[in-house]
Amino acid sequence: MPTILAVDDSASMRQMVAFTLKGAGFTVIDAVDGEDALEKAKGTSATVDLVLTDVNMPRMDGISLIRELRALPKYKFTPMLMLTTESGGDKKMEGKSAGATGWIVKPFNPDQLLATIKKVLG
Amino acid sequence: MGIDISQFLETFYEESFEGLDIMETALLEMDTGEVDDEAINTIFRAAHSIKGGSGTFGLNSVSDFTHVLETLLDEMRDGKRAVTKEAVELMLITVDVLREMLIALRESADVDTDRVAKIHSELEIMLKGEAAVVEATTELTPSESSASAAGWVVNFRPHVHMFKTGNDPVRMIKELSDLGEMSVHCNVDGLPALDDLDPEECYLSWRIEIKGDNVAQDAIKEVFDWVEDDCDLDISSQHAVAELSAAVAVEATPVDEPVVTSAEPASVPNTPLESPIPQTPSAPKAPVTAKKAAGTESGSIRVSIDKVDALINMVGELVITQSMLNQLGEDFSMDKLQRLQEGLAELEQHTRELQENVMRIRMLPISFAFNRFPRLVHDLSQKLDKKIEIKLSGENTELDKTVMEKIGDPLVHLVRNSLDHGIESPEVRKANGKPETGTLELNAYHQGGNIVIEIADDGAGLNTARVREKAVEKGLINENDQMSDEKINELIFHPGFSTAEQVSDVSGRGVGMDVVRRNIKDLGGGIELKSEFGVGTKITIRLPLTLAILDGQLMRIGNETFVIPLVSITESLQVKAEYVKSIAGDAELYKLRDEYVPVVRLHDVFGMEPDTKELIGGLLVVVEGDGHSAGLFVDELMGQQQVVIKSLESNFKPVDGISGATILGDGTVALIIDIPGLVQLARKKSHRAKPRGTIAA
Repeated sequence: MPTILAVDDSASMRQMVAFTLKGAGFTVIDAVDGEDALEKAKGTSATVDLVLTDVNMPRMDGISLIRELRALPKYKFTPMLMLTTESGGDKKMEGKSAGATGWIVKPFNPDQLLATIKKVLG
Repeated sequence: MGIDISQFLETFYEESFEGLDIMETALLEMDTGEVDDEAINTIFRAAHSIKGGSGTFGLNSVSDFTHVLETLLDEMRDGKRAVTKEAVELMLITVDVLREMLIALRESADVDTDRVAKIHSELEIMLKGEAAVVEATTELTPSESSASAAGWVVNFRPHVHMFKTGNDPVRMIKELSDLGEMSVHCNVDGLPALDDLDPEECYLSWRIEIKGDNVAQDAIKEVFDWVEDDCDLDISSQHAVAELSAAVAVEATPVDEPVVTSAEPASVPNTPLESPIPQTPSAPKAPVTAKKAAGTESGSIRVSIDKVDALINMVGELVITQSMLNQLGEDFSMDKLQRLQEGLAELEQHTRELQENVMRIRMLPISFAFNRFPRLVHDLSQKLDKKIEIKLSGENTELDKTVMEKIGDPLVHLVRNSLDHGIESPEVRKANGKPETGTLELNAYHQGGNIVIEIADDGAGLNTARVREKAVEKGLINENDQMSDEKINELIFHPGFSTAEQVSDVSGRGVGMDVVRRNIKDLGGGIELKSEFGVGTKITIRLPLTLAILDGQLMRIGNETFVIPLVSITESLQVKAEYVKSIAGDAELYKLRDEYVPVVRLHDVFGMEPDTKELIGGLLVVVEGDGHSAGLFVDELMGQQQVVIKSLESNFKPVDGISGATILGDGTVALIIDIPGLVQLARKKSHRAKPRGTIAA
C-alpha cells in the first residue's frame, strides 16, 4: 500500500488525517512541522508516494518543505499536496511555484481527503 | 465512508486552549512595547489553526468567529494595518470569547450568543473601518459557473515542466473521462528527436472532446485547477445550448484545428486509459458534525517525549540487570557473592531512578499556573488605574499536577492582593520617590523536596502599626502583648482578619489570607510573609513537589506503627501533671503556654491496647490541622522518613482518622494519620464537653 508523509503542527488534524489514511490502508509517516518532515523524508528508506502538508507551521512552513523536498532527487516527482484554507489564495500560488502538485482546501472531511488522494495516486 | 472524527475533538480543544494561551501571551507582550513580526505571526498561526480545526470538526460558529480575527491579523501581518492599542484590547477580548465558546461547546453548555455577536460585530467594524486595502473578491457570475453545453472541446497543452510539480496529465485525462463520453487526440508534434528527448519533460499536448448532457464547464475547469498556470488550456463549447450561448460565448474560443475524432482514446505512453478508473465522489459531504462533547473531560496529562524516553531507557536497564541476576541465580555459588551484591546494588539504583522518572511524569512546569498572571495584571492595572509590570522567573520549575491545580486559586488571591493593596497609584509612588510603574515578581525554584514560589511587590508594604491596632480591635492580641513586627504581620493569616478598609471587587469579598494559608497547609506546605512598610512585600510559599510522597514521623502505639505527616507537627513534649485539665468525663485538655489544646488518646480512637494509658509522663505530639491544634498521646516516637502514600480508600475502604497507608522497609503496613480529621474530632468532643467544663485560664 502507498506510503504517505502527513505533516501538520496541529495534533488534532494530524490524528484525524493519520486515522483516516490508515483506515484506508495507507502507511502513514507523520511529522509535526517542516523540519521534522524533512528529517523523516530524508531518513526513511521507504518510498514516499505522496506528501500532505499543512502550510502555516512553526520552524519550517509547508511551502519551504515542498521546496526542500523537490530539490532532493528522491522527491523530484512525488505528488505533494498542501492543506490550505480558502483564504490562502497567495499561498496556493506560492506553493505551486515551490513545486506543490496541488492543494486540499480546509476544512475538509475524511471522505474528501481520501477522494483527492485516490485521484492523485490513480 | 463515514469516519467518526469526533474522537479527535478532545485533542482539538486541548490544542486550541493552548493556542489561545499563546495568543494571549503574545498580545500582552505586544501591548507593552513595539510590535514584532514574529509575535503577529505566532498569533496568526494560532488563530489559523483554531479556524481550520473548528471548521474540520464542524464547529462552525467558532470558525466563523475566528475568521474575522484571522483576517484582521492577516492585514496586520502584511503591514496593511497598524497594530493599535484598541486592536490589541479587542483581540484580547476576542481570545476570551473564543475560550468561552470552546469551553461551552466542550461541555455542551450554552454559548453566550449575544456576547459573541457583539464582539463579532466589533471586529467587523474594526475591519471595515480602517481597512487599508479592500480585497477584491473574485466571485464567479452565476451564469458562468453553471454553464453547460451538449459537449466541450478541451485543448490542453502542458508546459514542459509539468512533471516537476508531481502532476501527471494522465490523471487529468482520466478524471475528464468520468464526466462523460470522451474522445482524445494526442498531438505529438512537440516531441523532439530521441537524442534530444529529456524524459523528465512533457512534450505532448491533447485535444479532448467530451460529450454528455449537463457537463458543467466548472467541472472541467476543476480538473485543471492545480495546473492552471502550468499549461495552456482552453475550453470551448461544441454545440452551445441556445439559452446559455450568451454566457458561454465569452469563454468560447474558435477551434483552430480540425477536430479529429477517434473512437478509442489516444494512446498515452504506458498508461492505457482502459484501466479501471477510480471513483471520485464529486459532491462533497457536509463536514461531520461532532455530537458527543460532554463527558470527555478526563484526568489526562500531556507528557513530553523525553520523559517517556527516559522511562523506556530506565526499564531497559532494569531488564538487563534482572536477566543478569537471573543468570547468576541459575548456578549460584558463594564465590559469586560479590557479583550478586553488585547486581542488587544496581537493581536498587535503577529502581530508585525509575521511581523518580515515574514521578516526573506527573510534573508540569509552573508556567501553567504563572501564565495567567500577565493577563490578570494587564486587566487589573487598567481597572485600578495603576502602572504595573510583571516579571516571571523560574517558569520551568516543575511540580505535581495535582499541587498545581490546587495552588492556582491561592496564587491568584495573593497576586490580586498585591495589585489592589500593595502597589500604590502612580501619583502616590511618585510622591514617595518611587518609579511610577510598580513591579510584581513571581519566581519559583526547587529547594530540597520542595518547590518555593515567591510573590514580591515593591508596593506600600504592610503597615505593622495598623495591623497591630486591628488585631487588638478584633481581640486577637492584647494591647500590651510584646511581639516582633514579623509576628504581628503574620496575624493577617489569622481567620477573620482583613485590613482592607473596604471590600473591593478586586481582591474579593471576605475571603481572606486565612483561607490562602489553609489551602496551602492542606497541600502540606507553608506560607511566610516579609514586609517592610513603604518598600514592599514578599510572600514565600513552600510546597511539597508531589502529594504521592510524604515526609513522615513514625510513631508507635502498642504493636502498631503509624505515620504522622511531618509538616503537621508543631512540637513534641512530655506530659506534665500540672498542665493537664480533665473536663466532663473523658475529655482532657493540655495547657500549652497560653492556650488549651484537646488531648487525643489515639489508642482510644483506634481501639488499641497501648503500652500505657497513663497520660502523665507520656508523650504528647502537638499537631496542627485546619488552623487548630491538638495533642496526640502516643507510646513512642520513632524515626523520620519519606513514605509513599497508598490509598486506603481504593484498596480497602475509607477509615475515619486515617488518610492512607504506606509500606515500610521491613514490609509491614503503617497507617498515615489524617491530622485535620483527628483535630476536628477532638474539637467536637471538647466542645460537647464545654458547657459542663471548668476551663478558666
